[in-house]
Amino acid sequence: MTVLLKDHAKLMQAVLVSGEIIGRKKLQKMIYIAKKVSFPFHERFQFHFYGPYSEELTLRVEELCNMGFLNEIKEKKGGYFQYRYTLTDTGKEFLSLNEVEMPFLQDCLEDMNEQNARFLELVSTVLYFDNLSKEEVTDKVFTLKSSQRYTEEEIDQAYAYIAALKAKLN
Amino acid sequence: MLYSAEKLSEEKVFKDPVHRYIHVRDRVIWDLVGTKEFQRLRRIKQLGTTFLTFHGAEHSRFNHSLGVYEIVRRIIDDVFAGRPEWNDDDRLLTLCAALLHDLGHGPFSHSFEKVFDFDHEDFTQNIVLGNTEVNAVLKKVSPNFPQQVAEVIAKTSAKKLVVSLISSQIDADRMDYLQRDAYFTGVSYGQFDMERILRVMRPQEDQVVIKKSGMHAVEDYIMSRYQMYWQVYFHPVSRSAEVILTKILHRAKQLYENNYSFKNEPLHFYTFFTDKVTLEDYLKLDESIILYYFQIWQEEDDDILSDLCRRFVNRNLFKYAEFDPAKEYKKLAELTRLFEKAGIDPEYYLVVDSSSDLPYDFYRPGEEEERLPIHLLMKSGELKELSRESEIVDAISGKRRTDHKLYYPGDFLQDESSETDIKRQIRTLLEI
Repeated sequence: MTVLLKDHAKLMQAVLVSGEIIGRKKLQKMIYIAKKVSFPFHERFQFHFYGPYSEELTLRVEELCNMGFLNEIKEKKGGYFQYRYTLTDTGKEFLSLNEVEMPFLQDCLEDMNEQNARFLELVSTVLYFDNLSKEEVTDKVFTLKSSQRYTEEEIDQAYAYIAALKAKLN
Repeated sequence: MLYSAEKLSEEKVFKDPVHRYIHVRDRVIWDLVGTKEFQRLRRIKQLGTTFLTFHGAEHSRFNHSLGVYEIVRRIIDDVFAGRPEWNDDDRLLTLCAALLHDLGHGPFSHSFEKVFDFDHEDFTQNIVLGNTEVNAVLKKVSPNFPQQVAEVIAKTSAKKLVVSLISSQIDADRMDYLQRDAYFTGVSYGQFDMERILRVMRPQEDQVVIKKSGMHAVEDYIMSRYQMYWQVYFHPVSRSAEVILTKILHRAKQLYENNYSFKNEPLHFYTFFTDKVTLEDYLKLDESIILYYFQIWQEEDDDILSDLCRRFVNRNLFKYAEFDPAKEYKKLAELTRLFEKAGIDPEYYLVVDSSSDLPYDFYRPGEEEERLPIHLLMKSGELKELSRESEIVDAISGKRRTDHKLYYPGDFLQDESSETDIKRQIRTLLEI
């Protein structure tokens, strides 16, 4: 199997072990966090208005939907649309023939999937600035994410959450 | 006089085929253009391997960087100046970030980054913040100025309006490269009325918005982006060249890891092979160096490396077939098996390439806040997302189009001097 399909297969594996992922933003943040804690996802992320975002990931998910490997359900929620992702039977069959080995992925993604998108946005922002001190990161969160009004307690929780995720890998 | 406020005694102009003239009056900008790191961009093509399809596409990242600077300069000086939402203290910061936004790009950077697993954006940061001529110029403005410029380029600056001028869904970067790439490739798709768009741009606290009256000009821009994507950026022949380039780099790395003895030591590549690239090494690399190695590697004893290099240098590219991964992944497995049997290494000669593999994007309405969309400023002062007002944009952004191709060496498969039966089976499967 070529490298390109391996990258697609890894995303399918991520959706499979998560069961269902509700929300594109959540999907983006889950994969970013997984990548940062060392799972071998290759999608490139950049910092955007709402935090780390990968156009490559968006396109790959679109490709998987077009291939019939991922099921996307669009639903109206309040004033905006929300998307739900699950793996189709064809996708499951493909994965069974093209196994992807990522130990501990299920444990980590299930855990992330139980968190809300707002918290994952904070966690991913903290990880994006992991080269900075906690004080500098806090400052970044307060200035770049001022509209989200994160508190210092939430930032502490984000750090604790990252440590707990990394502990799962050891 | 403060260095940041210093003006040249006479305005300097660069003739430019897209914007006619690029005007420089600020001493800082003139000094930045003269640095060796910025001059290096002359030796890096804007469109990588596209020149093998569109022979005019030889323009460099130097041209583009000046173009982005010029667009931002016009927005600031001609449209934003004097508006209460715009802080003119940010003028120099914005111009510097516009000029330097692509500084970390290397030769054929897309393939290079993929194979050697790095991000040119990190090198942009290192050049701006490291021991470089660019850093020395920026530091003369103020000790903290390089950091401010770096943050705008990385999109992590708190000055979101400044960031959005250089990087958003309707930014100076895209407006320049669409027009420039269209001009140099010779296609007519990249045309849109930029002057009109600039006139209807309005600064807001954290983003640039577009007056509703300018919606049709923006529709044209979105259409142009869509057409350029499919007609130029994702042209299957350019992708073929990109596939071969990527495979050459993979092969050279693989050989190095297997202690292969190169006839001529690939000195410039060693730190890439060992993942220990320094800024100094990186800045030494340009396209002429890469093409030099491709030339000499044609004489290497390794059949795969020499063949791939000959293909790239002489434009004997891979052929391609449409590929539907969902319906044909079993066929791909069979093809892989047959390629192996025929003695043609599928790792290098049977490649699936897909649209997600490209560094270009479509307009996204950002329905779930994945990224900021283009906002129209209504007469009432309300903001509305573009695709909710424009049927044309809605039609394009709502429809997903993806594409996959399977690349293979047509000449190898037509060569009946060996493994005739297997090659026939392969040709039947590929329907060629």
